Amino acid sequence: MFLINCPFCGEREQSEFKAGGEAHIVRPKQPTELSDDEWAEYLFMRKNIKGVQFERWNHVHGCRKWFNVVRDTSNDQIKAVYKMGEKPPN
Amino acid sequence: MKKNLRVKRSKHIDETYKISFKFNGKLYYGFKGDTLASALLANDIHLVGRSFKYHRPRGIMTAGSEEPNAIVQLHNNSPWTEPNVRATEVEIYEGLEASSQNCWPSVNFDIGGINNFLSPLLPAGFYYKTFMWPASFWEKYEYFIRKSAGLGKSPTKPDPDIYEHRYIHCDVLVIGAGISGIISAKIAAKNGFKTLLIDEKPYLGGSTIYQNSEYFKINNQNSGSWLEKEINEIKKIENLEIKTRTSVAAYHGYNYLLAKENLTDHLPIERRKNKTRHKLLKIRAKKVVTATGSIERPLIFDNNDRPGILLSSAIKKYADLFGVACGEKNILFTNNDSAYETAISLIQKGINVEAIVDNREKVDSKLIYEVEKNNIKIFKGHTIVNTYGYKRINKISIMQLSKDGQNVIGSKIDLSCDCLGISGGWTPAVHLFTQSGGKLKFRDEDQVFIPNAYPSDQISVGACNGDLTLDSILVNVPKSLKDFLNIKNNVYESFEVLSSYNNSKRNIWLLPSDKILGKTKSFVDYQNDATAKDIKLALREGFKSIEHVKRYTTTGMGTDQGKLGNMHALGIISETSEAKMGELGTTTFRPPYTPLTFGTIVGRNVGEYFDVYRKTPIHEWHVKNNAKFENVGQWKRAWYYPRDNEDMFQAVQRESKAARESAGILDASTLGKIDIQGTDASEFLNRVYTNAWSKLQIGKCRYGVMLNEDGMVYDDGVTTRLSENHYLMTTTTGGAANVLGKLEDYLQTEWPELDVYLSSVTDHFATISVCGPNSKKIISEIFPNLDLSDKNFPHMSFKKTKIGKIHCRIMRISFTGEQSYEINVQANFGKSVWEKCMEVGKNYNITPYGTETMHLLRAEKGFIIVGQDTDATMTPIDLQMDWIVSKKKYDFIGKRSLYRSDTIREDRKQLVGLLTDNPNEILEEGSQIVSDINKSPIEMLGHVTSSYFSPNLKKSIALGVVRGGKNMLGQKLIIPMENKKINVTVTDPVFLDKENKRLNA
Repeated sequence: MFLINCPFCGEREQSEFKAGGEAHIVRPKQPTELSDDEWAEYLFMRKNIKGVQFERWNHVHGCRKWFNVVRDTSNDQIKAVYKMGEKPPN
Repeated sequence: MKKNLRVKRSKHIDETYKISFKFNGKLYYGFKGDTLASALLANDIHLVGRSFKYHRPRGIMTAGSEEPNAIVQLHNNSPWTEPNVRATEVEIYEGLEASSQNCWPSVNFDIGGINNFLSPLLPAGFYYKTFMWPASFWEKYEYFIRKSAGLGKSPTKPDPDIYEHRYIHCDVLVIGAGISGIISAKIAAKNGFKTLLIDEKPYLGGSTIYQNSEYFKINNQNSGSWLEKEINEIKKIENLEIKTRTSVAAYHGYNYLLAKENLTDHLPIERRKNKTRHKLLKIRAKKVVTATGSIERPLIFDNNDRPGILLSSAIKKYADLFGVACGEKNILFTNNDSAYETAISLIQKGINVEAIVDNREKVDSKLIYEVEKNNIKIFKGHTIVNTYGYKRINKISIMQLSKDGQNVIGSKIDLSCDCLGISGGWTPAVHLFTQSGGKLKFRDEDQVFIPNAYPSDQISVGACNGDLTLDSILVNVPKSLKDFLNIKNNVYESFEVLSSYNNSKRNIWLLPSDKILGKTKSFVDYQNDATAKDIKLALREGFKSIEHVKRYTTTGMGTDQGKLGNMHALGIISETSEAKMGELGTTTFRPPYTPLTFGTIVGRNVGEYFDVYRKTPIHEWHVKNNAKFENVGQWKRAWYYPRDNEDMFQAVQRESKAARESAGILDASTLGKIDIQGTDASEFLNRVYTNAWSKLQIGKCRYGVMLNEDGMVYDDGVTTRLSENHYLMTTTTGGAANVLGKLEDYLQTEWPELDVYLSSVTDHFATISVCGPNSKKIISEIFPNLDLSDKNFPHMSFKKTKIGKIHCRIMRISFTGEQSYEINVQANFGKSVWEKCMEVGKNYNITPYGTETMHLLRAEKGFIIVGQDTDATMTPIDLQMDWIVSKKKYDFIGKRSLYRSDTIREDRKQLVGLLTDNPNEILEEGSQIVSDINKSPIEMLGHVTSSYFSPNLKKSIALGVVRGGKNMLGQKLIIPMENKKINVTVTDPVFLDKENKRLNA
């Protein structure tokens, strides 16, 4: 069980959080303009990397805020944590 | 006559404190400080169990948690019974009862022993290969195989003990209180770190504490005495917490560890009352020092599993720590210096050592010279080729090893003995390190895996880090700690160390024999009866990966997880397949390191504390009025209210009839309620529901369906516009938390520009639904000032009012198809308002109904229940609810998915009504629906989702999903059941009052 440094509350146990999948997938502004394939790309396709991955997490048993986490999925090391709307680190 | 093998007084055993215990029904004695194993050995008992597959007699093999053989059942047939307990870890107490496992009728005469003679027929993968064909027979084979397999018996009575969980935070956790652990803990604590030191044993000091030899000295004292002083000193350090009888089960990432603290297992049962038995410690450590030591390796030769064969270090420990001789004619067999340490201990205690068989040819070692001085015969360059004695070893045969160690030469020499100690060198106990994600490297000199890279803030020190000698430990441990803790003062100046151990070792994974391999039984995994032959067979059959060989031969898959034999399995694979050890890798070590009881894992979460449960404010009334409850998520909901001797069916028929004929009342407080406020609230609802919300007038209610972005129905409920920028949304009972989570997600991440605030008010309101043709009369009597005319208060609208000083929100909405009113009041007034409704309703036969009746009533109307009639593959179109999907709105969650090529298919499963030809026949929910039972394979068209007998329609009704069902109205389908087939007709899902006349009746 890893520790996550919630940008609003500080470091807490993983059990307080809920994972929300890959980050920076923006909901298309005009879904009706998209072809089936383009919509499917948004809806279903996720990277699921072994290595450094940008993810969304929700402090569901805390402040209920969503934020982004950069995590190495091979060893669970968290490289960075930043708020929604903030620029991802390099 | 039984012998007494208790030798010289040991200071660790209290011989003034005699303890009686039973083993296999017979009474024995031991002393305080004994383990079950040491007490049995003192009584000359080696044979304690039978092996798993061949039922071979097995004896005590080790003196620690790595024990594969001496596995017993404690207190059989009592509530305190526990299976698969290692006799080497059980501290004896007055009244202890232990018995052998995996044998019938007794450990001395075991019918399963016949498997030993059938063993040529039982190679690796025997069960896989033999019972595969014909596949349909497996069920029959399985019964017999299960009966003859298995270890202990699980308890059948409720667990009488108490278990707890505790969180611990510390700066430095030191695992293992051997010499390396003690030194580490002292350095950490003396430097101000809040330190926790834990060890699985009841005493501190590991194997050094009973080291009493002239050949191992620290600062001119023997190493045992030196360590004892250190222990006395660290016990006084304030910021050091010490826990014994505590074993680390799991080492997870981020230095999160689970340990089991054993508090009462060493006490007589009558003294355990009201005490916590095991505590699961959830440890979060900033830094971890692993000092778990090493485990002696056995040697792999023919018949290396007989009772009386022990690890050489175990024989030493039984002599030094427990004052017990494991035999009177001891022979030691070794490939390194360790057996000579044992020999010296035995000589010191006056225990007879017959001979030592050493793989090595020439070794220059002080320990060997000392043993030779005592006129003990040493056979250098020899190996054991066979052993004899069925229930106890009585003889060995040895032969000379060829130069390359691959063959035996010369003639056989027989030596008689009653105990054989074996030592194949030492394996660092890296299990916890690898559990934490650490990677190993292979050290070729002495053929051991040692830690390489650390995944978290931790180090391994001492023997588990490959420092297998006293001098290397004393040099390296303080040095490592200094770097690891980044401190200047490492507490210890320097040591004057005398260590007489010569590191030389002749490592031969599988010792040669004069017989061909196929004729030998050289056990690699004692507990699972996996032999060297099995491993070679697996390789011949094409298994290459160590993980596959493990599973095929079951090597390392016992309760001991192969702590003894795994290295040999790897070695044999490496030699046979000519792959390098370091490249083969090891199998994965998984938690727990030693088994945990279920009680430990569960802690206090048993019985009514198993899960959180939620009660409505009216719960007590339901209990008093004989309600049966059902679990809906965490909620306890009134299910039905049986009267007299009614069963569920009768109660539900009565309740359903009453609700349609006069009045029913339902506790709907569990429905999720979300308070929505903000200037963009209407826009927000527009985006999350499929229908349009902007034009909903203040004081009106509207039903909405919420989809996932994939177009599938997610939740539904009625939302009321309380004021311009204020809505109250209701959700399904089970979906409340998820809906709030999903809405928050969109608000925070996709639409942060919207001015909308959400808060859950589920627990803040009690909701009472009164329905039926007389509901209006009842409501008007409770709220005499409220104008209930259809004009002022029509269906799908809302009024604010009061009973006395209690504020009420009343919604005229209906889930039953009857005219109905939902009264929402502050939760703490819920029960009194409910009671008021009951009092007023008495004249109208107001009938409380539960969830079952609610489900029946809504099914009569064809209203769906999300999660019962839908399963995350149903769009609103599939549900024949096209009317709820706005054509005009540009976008809402899931809209684009409703016209993907897959969602517009005509032959999707669609919701339909089903009527049985025989109106009294009630379908089973979940039954499959087909059209043609003659075609094979029979094509499944769908399944029944809801089914009831409707007392109002006087026939059975059902809802189901059927492929292409929308266009099958009137068509006959078949529900095949085990003994019959039921004919049904596809109908519209609305069975009652299609015109909605009853809403305004």
